[in-house]
Amino acid sequence: MPFGLLKYGFSRTYPVWRQFPPRPDLKPSYDVVIIGGGGHGLAAAYHLSRYHGITSVAVLDKGYLGGGNTARNTAIIRSNYLTPEGVAFYDEALRLFQGLSHEFDFNILYSERGHLTLAHTDAAIRTSRWRAEVNTHLGVESRLVFPDEIARIEPTLDLSREARYPVLGALYHVPGAVARHDAVAWGYGIRAAERGVELHPMTEVTGIEQADGRVTGVVTDRGTIKCGAVIQAVAGMSSVVAGMAGFKLPIRSIPLQACVSQPLKPFLNTIVVSGSLHIYISQSSRGELVMGSASDPYVLYSTRSSLEFTEGLMGHILELFPFLGDVKLMRQWAGITDMTPDFAPVMGTTPLDGYYIDAGWGTWGFKATPACGKNMAELVATGKVPDMIAPFTLERFHKFRMLGEKGAASVGH
Amino acid sequence: MAQDNRLPPPHGLLIDRDKPVSFTFEGRRYEGFAGDTIASALAANGRWVLSRSFKYHRPRGVLTMAGQDGNSLVQLPGEPNVLADREPIAPDMAVTGQNYRGSLDRDRASVLGWFGKFMPVGFYYKAFYKPGNAFKFWERIIRAMTGLGRVDLTARPGYCDKAYGFCDVAVVGGGPAGMSAALQAAEAGAEVILVDENPALGGSLAYARFDGDRGRADALRADLAAQVAAHPGITVYADAVAQALFADNWLPVARGNRMYRIRARAVVAATGSMEQHAVFRNNDLPGVMMGSAAQRLIRLYGVKPGSRAVVVAANDDGYGVALDLAEAGVDIAAIVELRGKPGTGPMASAAVASGFRVLPGHGVKEARASRGHRHVTGIAVAPLDGDGKPTGPEERIACDLVCMSTGHAPNAPLIYHGGGALAYDGETAMFAIKSLPDHLFAAGSVNGRFNLDAVLADGRHAGRAAARDAGLDAGADSEALADREAANQSHAFPMFPHPGGKDFVDFDEDLQYADIVHATLEGYDDIQLLKRYSTVGMGPSQGRHSAVAAVRIAAKATGRPVNAVGTTTTRPPVGPLKFSHLAGRAFEPVRRTPMHHRHLEAGAQMMVAGPWMRPAWYGAPAERDTAIRREVRSVRENVGLIDVSTLSGLEIRGPDAAAFMDRMYTFAYRKQPVGRARYVLMTDETGVVIDDGVACRFHDRHYYVTATTGGVDGVYRTMLWHNAQWRLDVDVTNATAAWCGVNLAGPKSRAVLQRVCRDIDLSPGGFPYMGVRMGRVADIPCRVLRVGFVGELGYEIHAPADHGEALWDALLEAGRDFGNVPFGVEAQRLLRLEKGHIIVGQDTDGVATPHEAGLDWAVAGTKPYYVGKRATLIQKQAGITRRLVGFTTIDPNAPVPEECHLVVRGAEILGRVTSACRSETLGKVVGLAYVAPGQAEPGSRFDIKIQGGRIIEGEVVPLPFYDPGNRRQEM
Repeated sequence: MPFGLLKYGFSRTYPVWRQFPPRPDLKPSYDVVIIGGGGHGLAAAYHLSRYHGITSVAVLDKGYLGGGNTARNTAIIRSNYLTPEGVAFYDEALRLFQGLSHEFDFNILYSERGHLTLAHTDAAIRTSRWRAEVNTHLGVESRLVFPDEIARIEPTLDLSREARYPVLGALYHVPGAVARHDAVAWGYGIRAAERGVELHPMTEVTGIEQADGRVTGVVTDRGTIKCGAVIQAVAGMSSVVAGMAGFKLPIRSIPLQACVSQPLKPFLNTIVVSGSLHIYISQSSRGELVMGSASDPYVLYSTRSSLEFTEGLMGHILELFPFLGDVKLMRQWAGITDMTPDFAPVMGTTPLDGYYIDAGWGTWGFKATPACGKNMAELVATGKVPDMIAPFTLERFHKFRMLGEKGAASVGH
Repeated sequence: MAQDNRLPPPHGLLIDRDKPVSFTFEGRRYEGFAGDTIASALAANGRWVLSRSFKYHRPRGVLTMAGQDGNSLVQLPGEPNVLADREPIAPDMAVTGQNYRGSLDRDRASVLGWFGKFMPVGFYYKAFYKPGNAFKFWERIIRAMTGLGRVDLTARPGYCDKAYGFCDVAVVGGGPAGMSAALQAAEAGAEVILVDENPALGGSLAYARFDGDRGRADALRADLAAQVAAHPGITVYADAVAQALFADNWLPVARGNRMYRIRARAVVAATGSMEQHAVFRNNDLPGVMMGSAAQRLIRLYGVKPGSRAVVVAANDDGYGVALDLAEAGVDIAAIVELRGKPGTGPMASAAVASGFRVLPGHGVKEARASRGHRHVTGIAVAPLDGDGKPTGPEERIACDLVCMSTGHAPNAPLIYHGGGALAYDGETAMFAIKSLPDHLFAAGSVNGRFNLDAVLADGRHAGRAAARDAGLDAGADSEALADREAANQSHAFPMFPHPGGKDFVDFDEDLQYADIVHATLEGYDDIQLLKRYSTVGMGPSQGRHSAVAAVRIAAKATGRPVNAVGTTTTRPPVGPLKFSHLAGRAFEPVRRTPMHHRHLEAGAQMMVAGPWMRPAWYGAPAERDTAIRREVRSVRENVGLIDVSTLSGLEIRGPDAAAFMDRMYTFAYRKQPVGRARYVLMTDETGVVIDDGVACRFHDRHYYVTATTGGVDGVYRTMLWHNAQWRLDVDVTNATAAWCGVNLAGPKSRAVLQRVCRDIDLSPGGFPYMGVRMGRVADIPCRVLRVGFVGELGYEIHAPADHGEALWDALLEAGRDFGNVPFGVEAQRLLRLEKGHIIVGQDTDGVATPHEAGLDWAVAGTKPYYVGKRATLIQKQAGITRRLVGFTTIDPNAPVPEECHLVVRGAEILGRVTSACRSETLGKVVGLAYVAPGQAEPGSRFDIKIQGGRIIEGEVVPLPFYDPGNRRQEM
């Protein structure tokens, strides 16, 4: 029994620790307003308050905190990307994740499981080798493994040659991990609030005020607030909110679905991804199989789920794990992903001065949370674009200077 | 003990006493009857403990007898988490409990219950991470304890398939409301599908009691079921679960090993309501169950649920339960009435008249159990004070059965799935439907109607409305609809927290009253946060019983109305849904070319190429390298034959065919002469190369275009997508499956072809390089393309698919004495690399542009538009950041770099090798690589980081490596 729990057992009255303060009234103005109270927005708020001494910050969210894609993703953390820019950025995120429980004094249940991206074709083997070479060159632990080693890493996988798409090899990314996604948002929120950041859930932004090309305020359904700077971190609604600020994003918003099985005794060690079969699967600390597939084939802002998703997914899950036929699906849901043309995010300045964007997170936003919050906070606090996020500027699309993350970002959540 | 708890007929509607079934539970043999569920058969034998709970390993048993809870999840040999109260017993079925260490009855892990106070809500967030990497240690322990059932790693999915159903009105729920709705809709002429999860129609009519003598329910059930069965417009899916309601009235209905995908014009949800448990200490003991669970045991399965019962009641149904129990021979020790006065409905009156002891204004202090908590042995009750707390003098009542009839919640998942909304109604203390989406109707107790006449009227009303919605004339609504009269069905707060805890709100997650309060006080006071933090409602029963209790507790703890706490939604599926049901037959068809069996006969090793199988090489796996060398040599020296059926073919026809080609591809096609082929290169809007091939112009208005093996479907889709906007007068057809193709390549290919083709002038002048002709090859009408991928004289011959084998055989035969052999994809890759031809997808990537890939020659600078032109121009002006070049290694004996080995300059990554091989023909290593623009001139040297981090030097050489003057392919 860990010591931390003894007080709960031995106290006569339950030692309540109020983690989230009640929602305050909106003040007339703040130094920084963050639109979006998900992991990214809360992480930026935390970094502003903890490392830059900026505490006049309001985080606004139209729903409850962490209720958007932070609540809907499948909690996978990895840095086995394809471009040097991507690898450097996601590796910083991964390192920050590893220390978050201590940073927060709140367990985010960070669990290093190893991440296998299966290759069923020659082309996939090539991409795997490419990622392995880039990762290794940049000091990230990834390597190309073949069926005999895969069988040792994940013995339950069907590696028979008779399968429709036999497994020819895999990219094995040892640091691949999962964490409790909600806890990441809560940890940032709790510690930011402690330092004076105001959290305003159930507060919808309806407009952006500007003068002379500079943002001056934010209109909400609870009144208008003035501010010196705005960070927009509203995955799934990025184009809509950017539209309020008066600029366009090269983003298409597409639903991505996921689901969980009933709880089972653990049998799956690693996070298994198959690009050819469009699936990924891991087993949570509750014993549930957490599963997802490719994005839906249409643009939509509705988070409805579909039958086609689970039908297609299960056909492929049973290809890799034929013994799961009698396991039961428990819940399915959808989130909206903001896809950029080059499958890389957008971070940095915008045509509107003082208005900073954190968008285009497609299907890879959760794993970026700490690095994104850190760099966005630095940007807002110093007014200088940190080198690490400079390649992710919105401007690159006007210049067609795109980042080639397609091969690493698509299904490989 | 041989079914000592079995009741005589007429009890046991679903069981067939003439068919005994023997099975085992935890290794012990039990007898039941056909029609029994695992839980009912075990209950008949006095076996109540079915499983152990998730966190504290508490013994759990029957709660709902309706498949709505997680307490009765058991293990079958090949299947985890089986609902014991739904799964029928089968001969020699071997059932065990779940989630225990040692034995189900003596679970060593049950000590965890004693440490409950040390496991407060969200305890894992509060500990286990200090010091350092402590979580790695604790995680192993947590993972060892987690989960419920076990998967059998040797199991294989049974056969499952799918069927489609279409109807005007789908009615979900075969109770009184559903049957009335189905009959009414069918009367209006609707084709109706009636889905019910039970083996027999009737719903609550089959087990509940609606009046003092219950005769009416029996008669009504028989009458309605007979009418439904006799009506030609109604198809009944019994024993079937409507698992979800997706967009446009799309219902997956699972029955047996089949999933019906039903599309309805309108849907009626007559899904009833779920009894909600009371919260008191030890309310999870086996023997404590819903009143309706006891009624189901008695009526449906002929099982006496106990010998001495206490009914905890807050509505009239509780008295009905008491009447049913008494009729089944159970002593009624007391009816603990949470309300101040005994009920006044017909059943309450009958119960009071029967002389049952009613304790009005009483609450429960705790349920008591035998050692090991394996069954309830009594209950402690006390009068309630003004705050609803049982504070008066305690009375202990011995009993072996506690039935809870304290409230209902609408069973509304389909309404949530469809986009409807529910809100808490303080007056009735129930959630009620606030809005329904189009084409969805609700009737019966899901719609807040409990009185039988009102339920029937509501069903008829919904049936008419649905029929009308489906476009049928359903007549006027002649009868007035009763108001929702859910009053007195639900107690507003049937909860009696105990300082010692174990007063469960969520049985799946072992969450107690205080856990919900504490989570709320810790700041997780929005229901969504509360749910995520405490995990209330996250278990297998998905909040069916815990959601309402949790919002009530959160509301009370924060002094807000229930609706201010927020509402959760319910997501698909409705109940547990097997993966194999969803997968169905899940075929992922393998595409084979018409010559597939010829390749196998010739000993080819087949490889996956997109959806296709293609020959990689001909020969044993161990002879790979020699086989490939032999095939290469044959093509370079004599002649070879490769199956290229996977590359064909799109037919572009119409007056705007040339204009369409000009927009889709980067090259210029308007002036392409008829009878000529031209390279095609496709880019997307961002200027990225996405496909290539060859366009053959057979007529002013007809192009025949090839694509890459994996790409043709995507190219076809892209074409249709664009033309949906352009509206050019052109037909685009993906004819890939209609054509097969072979490429005959090598210096002797003309001589071979001449033997089987007489109506085409094959002379160099008559049929020059990049010419296309129609003619007959081996008497088969063919399209012949003089194109070369491998750098030799060659012909690509496309024939109707069903002539594939004949064409293949004829060409092999004709070339026999020229040394003609089939060659595979691997040899082709070497040959094309020697010739410096790129493969889209291998030598290009997700961001490669024509200029980067050295394909600028295939981009027409003068035409006004093609997809990606603007981007390509901007990139050209901005200058490229890398360039694909041909290279060789400085050291001829250096290892061959592998595809995707990096081109580096110190720590910087400049590019990568995309293709490389040791060329026998040229006697050196040749390859393609992306390098920095400054390194792209022939003679430039660059570093390649190969296996093990070793650096070797490469030198840029002009392309093609082989036959730079192109004399061989143009001979």
